Amino acid sequence: MKKYLFLPVFLFALVANAQIDSTLLKRVPVDTSYTRAMNMDAVYNRPFLQIGNLPASIGGYVEADYQYMGQDGITEGHSFRIPRFTLFVASSIHRKIKFLSEIELEEGGKQISIEFAALDLTFHPLLNLRGGVVMNPIGAFNQNHDGPKWEFVDRPIAMTEMLPATWSNVGFGLYGKYYSKAWAFGYEAYLTNGFDNSIISNNQNKTFLPAAKENALRFEESSNGQPLFTGKIAVRNNKVGEIGLSYMGGIYNRFEEDGLVLDAKRRLDVLAVDFNTTISATKTYLVGEWAWVLVDVPETYSQQYGERQKGGFVDIVQPILRGKLAGFDKAVFSLACRLEYVDWNVGSFEETGGNISDDLWAVVPAISFRPVSQTVIRLNYRYMQQQDILGNPPAKIGGVQFGLSSYF
Amino acid sequence: MKKLILILLGCLAFACENIIPEPPAVDEILDGPIDGLNSSEQARFLAGDFAFNDEVFSSGTGLGPTFVATSCGSCHAGDGKGHPFTTLTRFGQTAPNTPPNLLIGGPQLQNRAIPGYTPEILPEGTPFMKLTPPAVTGLGLLSALTDEQILTNADPYDLDGDGISGVPNYVNPPAYFVPKWFHQDANGRYMGRFGKKAATIDLLQQTVSAYNQDMGITSTFEPVDPFSGLEVDQEVSDQTVRDVVFYLRTLKTPIQRSQNDQQIIQGKTLFSQIQCGDCHTPEWTTPTSDIVALSNKTFFPYTDLLLHDMGPGLDDGVTEGSAETFEWRTPPLWGLGLSPNSQGGSYFLMHDGRASSIEEAILLHGGEANSSRTKFESLSAEDRTALIRFLESL
Repeated sequence: MKKYLFLPVFLFALVANAQIDSTLLKRVPVDTSYTRAMNMDAVYNRPFLQIGNLPASIGGYVEADYQYMGQDGITEGHSFRIPRFTLFVASSIHRKIKFLSEIELEEGGKQISIEFAALDLTFHPLLNLRGGVVMNPIGAFNQNHDGPKWEFVDRPIAMTEMLPATWSNVGFGLYGKYYSKAWAFGYEAYLTNGFDNSIISNNQNKTFLPAAKENALRFEESSNGQPLFTGKIAVRNNKVGEIGLSYMGGIYNRFEEDGLVLDAKRRLDVLAVDFNTTISATKTYLVGEWAWVLVDVPETYSQQYGERQKGGFVDIVQPILRGKLAGFDKAVFSLACRLEYVDWNVGSFEETGGNISDDLWAVVPAISFRPVSQTVIRLNYRYMQQQDILGNPPAKIGGVQFGLSSYF
Repeated sequence: MKKLILILLGCLAFACENIIPEPPAVDEILDGPIDGLNSSEQARFLAGDFAFNDEVFSSGTGLGPTFVATSCGSCHAGDGKGHPFTTLTRFGQTAPNTPPNLLIGGPQLQNRAIPGYTPEILPEGTPFMKLTPPAVTGLGLLSALTDEQILTNADPYDLDGDGISGVPNYVNPPAYFVPKWFHQDANGRYMGRFGKKAATIDLLQQTVSAYNQDMGITSTFEPVDPFSGLEVDQEVSDQTVRDVVFYLRTLKTPIQRSQNDQQIIQGKTLFSQIQCGDCHTPEWTTPTSDIVALSNKTFFPYTDLLLHDMGPGLDDGVTEGSAETFEWRTPPLWGLGLSPNSQGGSYFLMHDGRASSIEEAILLHGGEANSSRTKFESLSAEDRTALIRFLESL
């Protein structure tokens, strides 16, 4: 076992020692208004590198991890993954026109997707037009999902499998911000292509919004001709933190084709609330999100596919050592813990009146080391219990995960 | 800092073997292969396990359009008994030896439908029976028994005068049925041994029928779509069907718990004394089988695989094969105590799940079981508890 633990450390050391000619590159500093930045700013609030005097800057991040997980005493053994490798390209076309794209290669290139490719035009701080492939601002994680920002190897289940992350679509919308002393107010509103029948007709045996991500045609045309609305409002106080309230909804199913009615129009509605704050006395960072999903599932379909879902997570991150550590001037060593819960099917059985289970909870204690702010090495222990739809004795899942993630 | 990291890594290395959650006790779960499979058989078991428990059908992969459940595992969670959520409704045959009325949608109600379709509705006034999905463990040993062995307990005319008959259900085999050496031809019909009415001859028929009638999945064995009534392309491969059959044949048998507990031993004695075992035959031994792990094995399913008159209280007015409407196959009792682990923490016993406890199930026995039920009612509270504990230990 020990040799497996030292292997990732060794590989990391190799990467760290690799040298390139950096004279042509200059690092574009992160937005200096970072302290006033909100989740909605996450797409631009990333480190970029600019090549010479080219008007474009590039960036990205990579995540690699090792895990040793098991369920009910059975393990698949040791496993190494590269869950995602993401490239950003940003350019300023004009002082008030900018473009950013984000291309993600997941699982070593098994899936390549355009997560973001949008043009932003600023007319006024409160009135910006965005068009292209936009990230639907449902919750905070979908907007602010970059691996290096988190102390945990896995993404929160509720925000990636209940809500789809990363969930992006072609569309247009408006956004804006207003500042007043320590306060910031932001809004976003988009109309995009949306979901399809797969959210209740999939091989997951449950209502599963991310199933719609498999449909790459959504970047070409709407599945049903009905726009999906996504809107968010958020308030931030520099001393208190940020809270956001978001909504996403619309008709999800293909109800008509060639003028022929195939089904009734069926709605999907999602509501999410998110927050983040830092307790100044202890420097404890708290971030969390909770969401509710409402889906109009045909009464004559199976209750296997729930009409309601709910779930969320909270991360508690406590820096315990800051300063010069292991040769890094501003390193941070933190302890952290994530609590998460998802109920895939809120309701009761028509046949018995008994509760429909189909839920899970997890606790994930973690240790993280940030040699620099853009790079994190993290060690997690995950313990999770997952119940089937009937509420039978839960599957118990646990194991260690080690990983690193860094912007570059 | 270095010390801290070394301590953490040390702790991790030490703890690694202990970080995976403990497995449940082997006698507390039904899942898992029977002992003695070779490596190629284990691989085939895994293929069947995946198809049975993980393969979920959707409209894109052939589900329905009308159906009852989306996967095998939906009805048989953890390979155990099912829940009323996936209870089947059968109808269309109201007398023995008559064909099911297909014109009214029989023999099974597909009570769910994919979006845009309308599920089947039970014709008004039609008698029907509800059937809770059974546990699927140990089926390989039951399928390895010979017809001759099973018929040893048959006494259709109660010639021994004990009040217990034991009747085989002779059914017309499907076109794809290939008799094995242990099947006995009865004028073109064969004895069923699976299903609540013992109307299914073997596990291939059981599997093919479940794909077709429960999920609306067609195969080369059963190519007719139950919704349209037309032959359509196969939606599950022959290989997958046969892998599932192999999986069902090689699932382990439930393991009795606390066998040496005095109260359970007392309960076992009472079980025999009040003649429960006259139908719930405790012990069987298989002959030589094509799967070595199933050969010459003595096992304890507590069933005779025969039909018995269970009285008017359990007569739903519907039947299958040559069974009377009041006749039901003796269900195996092994794994009975683990039923709540697959039924969401509750008991849903008897053929339609109407009994919410073992005691209630016993008290619902009628017909040939009247005598045993009466004897159970006359037991002291202590003896009743012992008998129930014995049944829970199975």
